[in-house]
Amino acid sequence: MSTVFRLKEQPNVPLEAEVLCPDTIADLSNAEIRQLTVFHGKRQVPLEDFFDVEGDGSVDMELHGDLKKVRWVARAMTKGSVTVHGDIGMHLGAYMKNGRIDVHGDASDWIGAEMKNGLIHVHGNAGGQVGAAYRGDMQGMKNGTIIIDGSAGLEVGMRMRRGTIILGGPARDFCGLEMKGGTIVLREGAEIRTGAWMRRGTIISLKPLQMMPTFADSNEFNPTFLNVYAKHLQQYNIDLPFAADAGSYQRFAGDLSVPGKGEILVWNPA
Amino acid sequence: MIRITGGKVYDPANGIDGEVKDICIDDNGRIVESIDGGRTIDATGMIVFPGGVDVHTHVAGGAINFARAMTPEDHRRTQAFIRTKTRRSGLGGMAPTTFATGYLYAGMGFTTVNEAAVPVLSARHTHEELADIPIVDKASLTLMANNEIMLDQMQAGEYERAKNVVAWYIWAAKSYGVKAVNPGGVAAWKWGEDAKQLTSPIEGYSNLTPGKIVTQLAQICDDLKLPHPMHLHCNNLGAPGNVSTTIDTLKHLEGHRAHIAHSQYHAYGGDDWDSICSQTGQLAEYFNTHPHITTDAGAVLFGDTVTITADGPWQHLLYKLTGRKWGNLDVENETGCGIVPYTYRPSNLVNAVQWASGLELLLLIKNPWQVFLSTDHPNGGCFWRYPEIIKLLMCADFRKECLEQLPDKIKGKILLPEIDREYTLYEIATSMSAGPAKALGLTKKGSLGVGCDADVVIYEEDPTDIARTFAHPRYVLKAGEVVIEEGDIREAPDGQEFLVKPHMAADTDEFMQPRFEDCYTMQFENYPVELERIERKDLQELPAE
Repeated sequence: MSTVFRLKEQPNVPLEAEVLCPDTIADLSNAEIRQLTVFHGKRQVPLEDFFDVEGDGSVDMELHGDLKKVRWVARAMTKGSVTVHGDIGMHLGAYMKNGRIDVHGDASDWIGAEMKNGLIHVHGNAGGQVGAAYRGDMQGMKNGTIIIDGSAGLEVGMRMRRGTIILGGPARDFCGLEMKGGTIVLREGAEIRTGAWMRRGTIISLKPLQMMPTFADSNEFNPTFLNVYAKHLQQYNIDLPFAADAGSYQRFAGDLSVPGKGEILVWNPA
Repeated sequence: MIRITGGKVYDPANGIDGEVKDICIDDNGRIVESIDGGRTIDATGMIVFPGGVDVHTHVAGGAINFARAMTPEDHRRTQAFIRTKTRRSGLGGMAPTTFATGYLYAGMGFTTVNEAAVPVLSARHTHEELADIPIVDKASLTLMANNEIMLDQMQAGEYERAKNVVAWYIWAAKSYGVKAVNPGGVAAWKWGEDAKQLTSPIEGYSNLTPGKIVTQLAQICDDLKLPHPMHLHCNNLGAPGNVSTTIDTLKHLEGHRAHIAHSQYHAYGGDDWDSICSQTGQLAEYFNTHPHITTDAGAVLFGDTVTITADGPWQHLLYKLTGRKWGNLDVENETGCGIVPYTYRPSNLVNAVQWASGLELLLLIKNPWQVFLSTDHPNGGCFWRYPEIIKLLMCADFRKECLEQLPDKIKGKILLPEIDREYTLYEIATSMSAGPAKALGLTKKGSLGVGCDADVVIYEEDPTDIARTFAHPRYVLKAGEVVIEEGDIREAPDGQEFLVKPHMAADTDEFMQPRFEDCYTMQFENYPVELERIERKDLQELPAE
């Protein structure tokens, strides 16, 4: 049985609530959970000032309400699940190591930043810096999967090292900035400067992209790995075209200004 | 007044080696023969050292501040100092903030530090930061070996003029001495070149060579009677096979005083990164036969750090090697600066050679009055990791354990496995306090003799872990005040700064002004740091010849 949190009052400044994490609450009683400390701006207050809590602690959490100002939920979680009904604030699932997060609503910036593993599924839109590296760090997400049904903001997958990001809607500028590995799938394309400074990794776009001049148009083909990869993505109900009779992929190599060995594959339907 | 009783005293400046004796401190913060009354600290079973002196570190100024700004990732994970009544907030880590720097140094028993590289253009900033480093006393050195006004005089053969220019800059920066970094190389860097040969003319000059700069600058430091000799970062830092450049440089210094900075980075053999090996034996032999030259190890410890140096060309190369972040500063016509975060890994052959070389120099140079403990903070490792080096020096068994982490291909490239020497406490006290104080010409530091500043550290010996002993002194006294007690910072008094006023010809201002106005972007009148800017100073006026 999952532990249910309902936001009862909208915080007027951001609420930093890294205690809202399965690892923290799993073994606590309802009363103990209510007394956990959250930061309302610079003030420390008990969790119950902002949330009604139903049930004792468990590894499965449900959050309800307009949580746009609630940050750091499920920070570094290693197990269990978090389901959010409503919008959620920045840093959702940052540093997470395992488990599953579902957001039935929109998410904000920095979701899954520097995550190690696990799954984040946002049914609405997300903000920028999805799966990115925090400022100054060398590597962003190291593994795991982030699925966003809607659009995303700037710097999606910035410096990501491994793992998968799948966007149902368009991404804004600098998607895959300084990417070091892993895969980004763009079902609705992206705005400008996609793959800038990318060193390795793959960006797959099903819509035409405006390419930077530092990417070399190399060839048109149907990469063999995509058969396997498309099958792998089917478990998430993602449909990736790969059959030769349906079209082919244009491959761009870059970013040559770094110089990098990454690739951008742009689907070209037959 | 404080009396420290019962402790085993290690005071190499006065030849005291573990003798149990009382140390008496008067109300002026000086060590005296005897006192009446006052507090007694019972140091029975403990060891008493003079406060540590860091001869070469980078703790204040434009470069370290740039490094702080460049490494936010380190700030998120590092030790945080929370504000208390006696202490301000700050962060430790690879490039600690000003206040934290003071707490961390004092926290391991260091009471004097020498900021080894200050361009005059950022001297005002450096002094502001030094003022905010509490507890410890400070000195700073002015970067000179690539100063184009001085180089022009050397090129023209005007030695006297060059000497006056140096004196003028030292006084403009309100510093304590001269630092030479990659002589000529940083000036050449502005033409996209470097200076690797001591006998080849520098880019932009017709007959001036790095060798001439080294010799003349050492002569200038001697003639100006600076308490600390020229502090030299040799050409060709970090490059395989650079030991020949270093030895060549040392030969150019015959007959002069000199301090060779971070010699570990200048002691490699081999032709490239695959064949790099330690040549510390050759370098140590030179030091062993030339007792007037001192050095600091610039030892490397495995882990994350950030490298900062005025050696711009080297930092560009390091950035190309690592592909990590790179900061580059051009300091008008004075010097350059580069910043690259770096991780030393035991699995990396080059890093392993560097790690071994630093320790080899400390162990192979026989006289601890000649080779001092340093990591060239933060380049080889952070200063708060010195206790780890002390442990490596004092325990041959621990060194053997560490050697096992190194890659197999290191065999035959380093000398460390054959060295059995273990430092004694007396030698440690020499290398981390008495020796550097003497080299810096700080007569009241690094000694527990009567009349000296009462900077005293009392360690509780933990025979199971020497690093712990030195990382957590039981008491630290600075100028007679107990600043650390029971592992806690009790007081954070302000330290003082050491300055010198060298003698210079009366017309030096008139000589400098037109040349200055020709190439600087600031007003001549606004350039020198005003003496009033330095709140607590120990000013020494140097006599004419």
